[in-house]
Amino acid sequence: MNKTYKNAEEAVADIKDGSVLMLGGFGLCGIPENCIAALVKKGPRQLTCISNNAGVDDFGIGLMLKQKQVKKMISSYVGENAEFERQLLSGELEVDLIPQGTLAERIRAGGAGIPAVFTPAGVGTEVAEGKETRVFKDKEYLLEYAFDADFAIVKAWKGDTDGNLIYKETARNFNPLMAMAGKVTIAEVEELVAPGELDPNQVHTPGIYVHRIFQGVNYEKRIEQRTVRKNV
Amino acid sequence: MSLTKEQIAQRIAKELKDGYYVNLGIGIPTLVANYIPKGMNVVLQSENGLLGMGPFPYEGEEDADLINAGKQTITTVPGSAFFDSAMSFGMIRAGKVDLTVLGAMEVSEQGDIANWKIPGKMVKGMGGAMDLVASAKNIIVAMMHTNPKGESKLLPACTLPLTGTKCIKKIVTEIAVLDVTGNGFKLLERAPGVSVEEIVSKTAGKLTVEGEIPEMQF
Repeated sequence: MNKTYKNAEEAVADIKDGSVLMLGGFGLCGIPENCIAALVKKGPRQLTCISNNAGVDDFGIGLMLKQKQVKKMISSYVGENAEFERQLLSGELEVDLIPQGTLAERIRAGGAGIPAVFTPAGVGTEVAEGKETRVFKDKEYLLEYAFDADFAIVKAWKGDTDGNLIYKETARNFNPLMAMAGKVTIAEVEELVAPGELDPNQVHTPGIYVHRIFQGVNYEKRIEQRTVRKNV
Repeated sequence: MSLTKEQIAQRIAKELKDGYYVNLGIGIPTLVANYIPKGMNVVLQSENGLLGMGPFPYEGEEDADLINAGKQTITTVPGSAFFDSAMSFGMIRAGKVDLTVLGAMEVSEQGDIANWKIPGKMVKGMGGAMDLVASAKNIIVAMMHTNPKGESKLLPACTLPLTGTKCIKKIVTEIAVLDVTGNGFKLLERAPGVSVEEIVSKTAGKLTVEGEIPEMQF
């Protein structure tokens, strides 16, 4: 079951105006750099992007924001992006801010065939406005609906041509959840191998969830906050 | 003498216990990691998907795939584990994390907290803070007692959009350690050389002061 695409351009070629996308990553860690670059080049607009963050001004989803390709962002934290803030305050961009754990669980539910979940996060805050609530064991919970997406775009460390994926360190974050939730899931990997080369014990995302996979190139892996100890 | 940010972190570190799993927020809470007593086994959880967070890497050893929730480059300690964001918040919601330390813009005498939004001025998002405060068993707030204008941040009721309600148990500021009880704030300790009167004057919410209030010990 070879799911290999040649490159990012080919993998995102049918993403049209108005599509709903999930994009993996936490900050700039584990983001699908190649697909974002291809989307910036191809230029679909009016996109809804579900992603924990919105990149920075000149990298990640920030590049798509700058070209005004994004109609709506669904995120938990967007603090590092001045262009984002400008578009938000001027009303050009719709934004849904969601507690990070709720975001993760709504995506996971979408990929797990569960229509909604109850969570305590946001009870008594403006996040709860207009939402159904229910009390279990004397504690109040919010009903939060599952997310799905036309395309889930994820980045993995290694993958095989059947779509099995392994992530590295904290670059895992939202990627495996989103991989489960896309109607079409596109995976870019640092190392694409033949079936059998990945240890099945180590696979994080089984290939059934992945529709397209390609060998990524030229990863910049930009670091947002480079913090170090002094060498002794 | 008011405490420095480092001293606030140092005081909070005294609340740690052997075997604790701890989530430290961004800012002063991050500094608590520098004061974990020698020989005490405390495991740091970073909500982007790591248990067993270590110190910052040495120069030249930064790894872009290995960051904390503040997007800083970090390292792991022996025995660490990586996981996805749903599992990370699963362990938070299920109460597996023993202690959460986070910053705040305001805390009310009911234990409500506001720390994610200033309408019209700042909208960065709540990140994981709402999930943490909704479920954590034990939450300590590290913050300044007053804002830059000198106004109390310990209030009868929060004025900013809430992050969570009735969830804060303890507050450590540059001048005091306080519990949040069912009956407002209760003063436990004062910073060395800071008077009870000063703390009372800088606390807008209901504050109980019972007996002699000891100075903080370090």
